[in-house]
Amino acid sequence: MSIWSESTQSRAKEILAKYPEKRSAVMPLLYLAMAEDGWLTEEGMTEVAEWVGITPAQVQSVASFYTMFKRERTGKYLVSLCTSISCMLLGSDDVLAAIEDESGVPHGETDEEGLISVEHAECIGACGGAVACQVNYELIEGLTAEKGRELVRWLKKARPEAVNTDEMQELFGGQRSFEWALPSDVGAAGPFPAFEPYGTATKDPQ
Amino acid sequence: MSYPKVITKRMEDHPTDSHTIERYEATGGYVQAKAAVAKTRDELVETVKESGLLGRGGAAFSTGLKWSFLAPARPAYLVVNGDESEPGTFKDRQLLERDPHQMLEGVIITAIANEVHHAFVYIRGEYPKPARRLQDAVDEAYVKGYFGKGIFGSEYDLELTVHLGGGAYICGEETALINSLEGQRGEPRLKPPYFPAAKGLYMMPTIVNNVETMANIPHIFEMGVDAYRALGHGDDTGTFMTSLSGHVNKPGNYELPHGITWRELIYDVGGGVPGDRELKMWIPGGASAPWFNPDDHLDLPITKGDTGQAGSMLGSGAVVVMDDTTCVVRAAERVVRFFSHESCGQCTPCREGTTWLEMILRRIEDGQGRPIDADLLLDVSDNISVGLAWPPRQTTICPLGPSAVSPITSIMRHFNDEVMAHITEGACPLAKTEVHA
Ligand SMILES: Cc1cc2nc3c(=O)[nH]c(=O)nc-3n(C[C@H](O)[C@H](O)[C@H](O)COP(=O)(O)O)c2cc1C
Ligand code: SF4
Ligand code: FES
Repeated sequence: MSIWSESTQSRAKEILAKYPEKRSAVMPLLYLAMAEDGWLTEEGMTEVAEWVGITPAQVQSVASFYTMFKRERTGKYLVSLCTSISCMLLGSDDVLAAIEDESGVPHGETDEEGLISVEHAECIGACGGAVACQVNYELIEGLTAEKGRELVRWLKKARPEAVNTDEMQELFGGQRSFEWALPSDVGAAGPFPAFEPYGTATKDPQ
Repeated sequence: MSYPKVITKRMEDHPTDSHTIERYEATGGYVQAKAAVAKTRDELVETVKESGLLGRGGAAFSTGLKWSFLAPARPAYLVVNGDESEPGTFKDRQLLERDPHQMLEGVIITAIANEVHHAFVYIRGEYPKPARRLQDAVDEAYVKGYFGKGIFGSEYDLELTVHLGGGAYICGEETALINSLEGQRGEPRLKPPYFPAAKGLYMMPTIVNNVETMANIPHIFEMGVDAYRALGHGDDTGTFMTSLSGHVNKPGNYELPHGITWRELIYDVGGGVPGDRELKMWIPGGASAPWFNPDDHLDLPITKGDTGQAGSMLGSGAVVVMDDTTCVVRAAERVVRFFSHESCGQCTPCREGTTWLEMILRRIEDGQGRPIDADLLLDVSDNISVGLAWPPRQTTICPLGPSAVSPITSIMRHFNDEVMAHITEGACPLAKTEVHA
C-alpha cells in the first residue's frame, strides 16, 4: 500500500521506466518524496525503499551521503549562499551575514515558522556572477548585501507559491556569468530542484 | 580581441534562441549525427583519435583513445559528466543552457561509435535550469526521431536519461558518478579493477565524458580533422573553454585558442584587475590546481605541456584571479575547506588530513597560529600526498585528497613571508579582503 497519491505513483512509475535497473531511481524518487512532504521524512524514505526493492536503512544510507536530501524539517524557501573562493573574493561573507541578520536565521538553521532556511553552499557554478545565491536551487547572480536583505524581505512578504530563477534575477540580481536567453516560469515550491520529470517543478502563478 | 568561435558560435550569433531545435537545425545541426548512423565504429573512433581531442573534464585524456579501450562485453553505456562542481568552473552550465542540442549531437555520435543504446547525462543537482533546458531539448529530439527506436530512420535504438545529482562534488569523479547513478553512495571505486571502460555502470563497459568534450564532437566531423587540429596549438587541438572569475573586470566564460598567454587572458580577455590594483596570484585550472603568480608565469603560453612543466594544470578550465588585497591564508582556507567538506571519507589521509589543514589555516588567519604551524601544514600535506610532488603522488583511492594540498604548497612556496607574518604578528597583515562591486 503506497502512501502516495495516484498521480505521484504514476510519476514514480515513469521515473522507474527510465532506468535499466530499479535501484538507479533512488535519487529521483527521493526528490519526488521531498516534493510530497516538503522535506525528506522517514515515511518518504520507507516508501522509496519499497519502490526500488531495497531496505529503508539502505535508502537512508544513500540519502545521508548527499547534502540536497534534507532529512530535517526545512523551510519552504531554502536560501543557499555560495561562500567558495570566487564568491568569497567578491564579498560573500558580508552578504551571508546580511541574509542571516535580515532573516534572523543563522546558517544551518530554519526559522520557527518553517518559512526560511539559510545555509552556506560550496561553489554553485555561477562564479562569473559572484556573489551567487540560490533559493530552492533557483539561481540569483550578482547578489549584494543590500539586495540579499531585499530578497529576504520579499520572501517573507510576497510568499510566492514557487520561486523562479528568471524572476528573482530580475528583482535582486546583478552581474551574470553569461546571458541567460529566454526566460521561463517554472520554479520550485520547496527545498528541492525543480525538474519536471521528477514531479518537483511548479509553474509560478504570478 | 577576437578569437575563432566553435562551440560558442551559435549562442553568440543567436543569443535568444540558440537552445531550440529550430535554431540548431537551421545552423547545420544534427547533420553529423545523421551521417554517423551509416559509418562504422572504427571510422568514428579513428576520426576522434586523429583529431587529438583531449577530455575537458579535468584529466585531459585522449577521447579517441578512451573509446578504443572499451571492453567488448555488452550492453555498453555512455555517461556524460555534467556534475561541474570544481570551484571556479561554470562553462558546462553555459553549454547546457545555451546549446543543449550541440551536446546531444555529440552524445549520439559517441553512442554509435561505442555501440551504446542507453546514454545518461548526470547533471549536478544545483543545476535545475540547465537540466530543464536539456530535458526540453531531449524531448524535442525524441519527437523528431533522433532518440528512441530506430534513430534517423535506421535500425539503431538509442535512449537518453537525464539524471540529477544530490549535491556532492565527489560524484564528478567518474567511478563515484557511476556509483551514484546506480543509486549508491557516491564513493569512488578502486581503479583497478573498476576502470569504467571495463567495469563501469552495472559492471558493464562504460564511457564517461565531459559535457564540453561532447560539444566538440560534432565539429570534428563537420570541419574535418585537419581544420579542427589547426584551431589548436601543437598537441592541444581545438579550442578550450575558460571560466574566468574573481578579481577581473570582465568575468565570464570564454572560448579561446590554446597557446595565448596568461597575460592575454587576464588583461586582454578579462579586462585586467579592477581599480588597477596589482595582480597577486591566480588559480590556473580549478581548485585542484597549484596557483600561478605574475613573477613566474604571466607570459607562459596556455597549453597542457607548458602548464604542467610549470607545476600546475589546466584542469577544469577555471581561472580564479586574486589581487593584492587578497590574504593568501584566507584564500587557501577557502579552497581547502571545499575539499574537506567534499571528502567522501573513505581514505584516512584525505578525511583527517583535509580537516586538519582547514583547522590550522583558520587559526593562522585568526591570528592564533603557532610557530610550528607552517611545518605542520607541510607535514599534514605530505601525509596526504607523499613528497608534495607535481603531478601529485596518490596513495588515496581518488585524486581529491592530493588536490587539497595544492593551495598549501602554493602559499608556502611563494608567500611564505605572508603566512609567517600572520603567526609572528598574531593577526592578518592585510586588512580583511575588500568588497569590490
Ligand atoms: C574529485 C574529482 C572531481 C571531478 N569532477 C568532474 C566534473 O565535475 N566534471 C567532469 O567532467 N569531470 C570531473 N572529473 C573527471 C572525471 O573523473 C573524468 O575524468 C571525466 O569526466 C572524463 O571526461 P573527459 O575525458 O571528457 O574529460 C573529476 C575528477 C575528480 C577526481
Ligand atoms: S581521496 Fe578522499 S574523496 Fe577520494 S576516495 Fe579517498 S576519502 Fe574519498
Ligand atoms: S565560487 Fe561561488 S558560484 Fe562558484
